[in-house]
Amino acid sequence: MTKEEKKESSELLAENKSIVVPGQVIAKGMNYLPTEGTYRKEKDIIASRMGILNINGKIIKTIPLKGRYMPKKNDLIIGKVRDIAMAGWSIDISNCAYRGFIRLEDGSSSYIERGEDLKRYFDIGEYLATKVTNVSGQNLIDLTMKGPNLKKLKAGRIIKINPHKVPRIIGKKGSMISLIKRKTNCEILIGQNGIVWVYSKDSKYNEVIAIESIKKVAEESNSGGLTEKIEKFLDKNIKK
Amino acid sequence: MVYKKRYDGRDFNETRPIEAKAGVIEKADGSAYFRIGGTVAYAAVYGPRQLHPSHLQDPRTGILRCKYNMLPFSGRGERIRPAPNRRSKEISMITEKALIPLLNLEDYPNAVVDVFIELPETNAGSRCAGICAASIALADAGLIMKDMVAAVALGKVDDKIVVDLDYNEEAYEDGDVADIPIAMIPSTGEITLLQMDGKITKNEFREVLKTSKKTIQKIVDIQREALLERYKVKK
Repeated sequence: MTKEEKKESSELLAENKSIVVPGQVIAKGMNYLPTEGTYRKEKDIIASRMGILNINGKIIKTIPLKGRYMPKKNDLIIGKVRDIAMAGWSIDISNCAYRGFIRLEDGSSSYIERGEDLKRYFDIGEYLATKVTNVSGQNLIDLTMKGPNLKKLKAGRIIKINPHKVPRIIGKKGSMISLIKRKTNCEILIGQNGIVWVYSKDSKYNEVIAIESIKKVAEESNSGGLTEKIEKFLDKNIKK
Repeated sequence: MVYKKRYDGRDFNETRPIEAKAGVIEKADGSAYFRIGGTVAYAAVYGPRQLHPSHLQDPRTGILRCKYNMLPFSGRGERIRPAPNRRSKEISMITEKALIPLLNLEDYPNAVVDVFIELPETNAGSRCAGICAASIALADAGLIMKDMVAAVALGKVDDKIVVDLDYNEEAYEDGDVADIPIAMIPSTGEITLLQMDGKITKNEFREVLKTSKKTIQKIVDIQREALLERYKVKK
């Protein structure tokens, strides 16, 4: 077969941005490259999970709609202290099959002496905004508290959302989240694991409105013109 | 006597009416409803999540854990006792074996994917309905799987090869009956479940296998449609 003939024989069987299901043949021929959520069987490219099809030039992948969070390096996540060990804290990451661990030296910028009572820093049941520094082959997760925005979450509200909706809630270059922050005057942190922390210094009412709007974004993430919708919703509900 | 016409009037190679829905249980990571005639199955998938008891953990790969359960009022006649019994344990195991070839859980060492199958109504073919529902639920949970799997019972009633036996046919008394539940991955033709109850000749069995392929392809199409439907409505 000549090169040109090869080119002609490649064809797409599914539309870009459409939803594909496992086992569905996305493309025929050797001209496309299967990546995340797809695989090649002989000459066909087949979807290996349910999701939105994304075709970028020759590269084919699927973006999942649902599923648990898998930790990645440098992700900001919100977790709960589950246990205190000899040399650090064990962290419960909700929406995830694995636990995180904060070592002594990553827990605080000040020096922690051996044998010190670690409850003084983070006690069991407290929520922390932390960052993933390393994920091992066995999915052991190393976390750190050193960095901007990383802190103990002392007051406010915690809600759980689908981790795959997080990019939509943050918006393009943070447009959505900064809109909600500005209008409600709340402090908001979004963990990549789908945990959102909302805190307002002076108005509990605004916290509720911020949470409502975040849930609205997660629910209606597929529809267009969402930023305007949310802006309207916020203007209507915020007391001046 | 010869079996000329099926009790419920359908063709010999026709299944009972099938209905499938994805995402019926809100708190589950993935869920599905699957009805074939008078047999109804709900499946809920949770995970990958931490595995307890921890002695079951496998550091090389994640595991799949299935539970098949008939609800107390689901049978005909006497109440079904809710405790796990020999039959439900067997079906839980074969369901797991029917589904595991689809999945690749090596990325989730020490973790588990739980599949719970509940049957509120049964009229034969419940293990097949359970597998069909579980397959939809696994896809709905966003897990990596190479294809869908579907299952259906085929067999012989008297001298006829029949698809999707119901209870009356299983209990046919005037001749031989064979009941063969088959689960298959349609793209590769892999058979992941094959059991048999009754009597059948080699040639008849070949014909059963041949017919099963077409039927299973039809069911898989219904399963895929159910998954797509879930996101169509919302738009």
